[in-house]
Parts: sequence; structure tokens; C-alpha cells
Amino acid sequence: MATLLAFPILSILLVLQSAVFSQIPLLQGTTDLVLLALVAWSLQRRVQTAWQWGIMGGLLVGFVSAVPFVVYVVGYLLTVGLALLLRRRIWQVPLLAMFIATFFGTLVIHLATLVALRVSGTVLPLSASINLIILPSILLNLLLALPFFTLFSDLAKFLYPEELEM
Amino acid sequence: MKSSARTWQTVMLGLAAVGVIALALGGYLTPVSRLVSAPFISAQYWLSSRLLTIQNIVSSSQDLARLRQQNIDLEKEVSDLQSEIIDLKQQIAETRVLSALVEFARVHPENRYLAAAIIGRDPSPFVKYVIINRGSDAGLRSGMPVVTSQGLAGRVAAVTAGAARVELITDPSSSVNVSLEPSGAQAVLLGSLSGELTLDLIPQNASVKVGDLVLTSGLGGNFPGNILIGQITSVRRRETDLFQQASVQPVVDFTRLEIVLLITNFRPVDIQPLIPMPGAP
Repeated sequence: MATLLAFPILSILLVLQSAVFSQIPLLQGTTDLVLLALVAWSLQRRVQTAWQWGIMGGLLVGFVSAVPFVVYVVGYLLTVGLALLLRRRIWQVPLLAMFIATFFGTLVIHLATLVALRVSGTVLPLSASINLIILPSILLNLLLALPFFTLFSDLAKFLYPEELEM
Repeated sequence: MKSSARTWQTVMLGLAAVGVIALALGGYLTPVSRLVSAPFISAQYWLSSRLLTIQNIVSSSQDLARLRQQNIDLEKEVSDLQSEIIDLKQQIAETRVLSALVEFARVHPENRYLAAAIIGRDPSPFVKYVIINRGSDAGLRSGMPVVTSQGLAGRVAAVTAGAARVELITDPSSSVNVSLEPSGAQAVLLGSLSGELTLDLIPQNASVKVGDLVLTSGLGGNFPGNILIGQITSVRRRETDLFQQASVQPVVDFTRLEIVLLITNFRPVDIQPLIPMPGAP
């Protein structure tokens, strides 16, 4: 059930990102809603389907984007792995884990994109990339991290209700 | 005896009544009747006004409910009219864009055009691609040039059945062969991370000035020739460099792209096999 839900939820987020949020840039940086969803989902305590969500998110965004799809698949899986690691290490402070995973996840995706574009022949200046895209994108993602965590926390509670001990 | 007295009484009463009626008809009893009726009128007025007040109190709750309902209905009507105004404004804006595109197609009759709407942008901020609502079902193919009523916007990079991805000329990996007017110099237009356009490979001996027009040259076979791209805003020329460089202000506002035209009868030429490879015989 939770794995099946990934497709509609991530598709809706991708449509929102492509049609709405990509039109509201900060300098040249934009919000990555799929990344936020994957991080928020992976950090939920009872969630078992984080890897499946990561693969599906990577394939969906990779299909729509002109960036080689392997960037998103690998980048999102690395982000999910980081979020799962943080969930185990600092499980008492999930919000802190959310912010850390969002920060490093955005960094990973953007660095992977830079490398992939360089390999495919498009050399982008690193300082301009950091100033115009990476830092503004991190800021935008961090701004939306809290609402996403709350939303996906509710979703996880709905899908994985607490078992009551009798 | 008794009956005659009663008859007289009746006659006298009749005469008195006739007399009173005659006096009343003559208007002689008006002051008397006014005096008599005044207390009755006052009492009746007092009674009826109190009755009206009671009726108002009873019926006011019904009126309030009716007014509230009427207010809701009017608010809904206002809201409907406002949304209709927004729709009409949207239609006017679309009509303006479409009429500009029709005008562009009329001025360039050598091409066949297909209109498409922008439905999204690439999720990655590193690339400048847009997604349009036409695909291979509508006859789109990879490499088709994309223009607006102002000038060149980009070219189709990837196609699915119902949508296509268009690489804008502002994309960092985009390069377009251009010619400058009026000098006729050839150059290459490059996109950038920030969306700015720069001209490179302008020969040092070319006379390039601010305000010169930048048009597609048609070289390389990727775009048809003579499509307007923009205007030169600054020129960088150093004696030590091999080529001049320039900044270009595009005529297309890439932040407000809504509807574009695809030139469907243009077939890009793949010149890759003609480029000699190092080490090839």
C-alpha cells in the first residue's frame, strides 16, 4: 500500500514542482519537492518503503528532466540512505535529521548534476553554480522542510498506525 | 291612548333622525363629530401602532434570514462575475499572444507552424528546458525550431506521444550560429547558467556595435536562417584575444513564455558525419 502510494504522491509533487515551483526561483535556485518528500518519508520511524520511494522518485524526475536520469536515481537513493542513517543515529530529534538530510541531499543532487553535465560536455562554472543555484536551492528546501516533515509524519501515522498493547 | 303616544314617539324620533342627517349633510355637525371622534381616533392609532410594532418584531427574524440569503446570493454572484472577469482577461491575453503568433506566421509564410502551450519547466535548475503540450502525435520531431512572435526560443530536444521537451537558447549547453546585422559578421550564441546570452567567436575585424541585431545564420543546419534573436547590449574587445565577445538582450522574455510556435517543415541537418574525426583516414 505504502509503495503504491509513492507513484501518485510523487507524481503530484513532480507536476507541482514543474508547473508551479520552478516558476518561483530564488536567484536561479528552485525547490525540489520530490527530494523533500523522500527525506521526510525516510525519516518516519515505522516506514519500511523508503528505498522503493527513492527509486520511483528518481525514475519519475529523471524521465521529465533533461538531466541524465541516473543522476536523480543515484542522488535520491543516496539521500534516502543518508536519511535512514540519520534516523538510526539521531532518532530522538527527527526535525534536526530532516534539516541535515535536506541540506546534504540537495547538495548531493546538485553536485551529481554538475558532474553529469560536465561529463556530457557542458562545463558550468562552480562558483556561479554555488551562488546562483546550490545555495538558494538549499535555502528554499530548508524553508519547506518543516511543513513536509509534518505532512509525511501524518501520512505515516495514517498508513502505519501505532499498535496498542493490551 | 297608549298606541297613539308610541306613534308620536316614533314620528318624533324619525323627525329627529332626519334632522340630524340633514344637519350632518349640511356640514353643521362637523365640529361636534370631530370632538366626539378624536378620542376614538387616538385610541385606534395607539392600538394599531402597537400592533404594527408587534408584527415587526415577529416578522423581523424572517426578514433577517431572507436578507442573509439574499446577501449570500449576491456575494456568490459577485464572485461568479469576478471569476468571469479573470477568465475574460485570460482569454484576452491569450488572444493577444495568438494574434501576435498569427502575425509572425503571416510575415514568415515559407514555414509551417504548430502552436503549443508551455505546461512546465525542467525540475533541475541547472538546465533551461520547458515542456510543451504537443508531442509526436501532433507530428513533432526532435530538432524542430521553436519560436515566439518575437523571435527564436529554442528547439525540440525530446518527444513523447503527448508532450515534448524544448531546449531554450538560454540553456548553458545551447549554442546557435548567428549573423549580426548590419555588419554580417558570423558568431556563436551561447546560453549560460543565469539565463544570459553571450556572443562568442566574433572575428576581431568585424565591426560590431551596441544595438546590432542578432539573427540565426542557418549555418550548422540546426535552425532556419534570419530568425531574430535579440540585440547586442555590450561588446568586449581586447587586442590580445582571438575573438570579440558580446552580451545579447533576447527579444523573447523567457520568464513569461506561454505559447510557442513550432516550425514543422524544417528538418535539421545532422552534420556530425561530415566533421572529420582525429585519426580518421
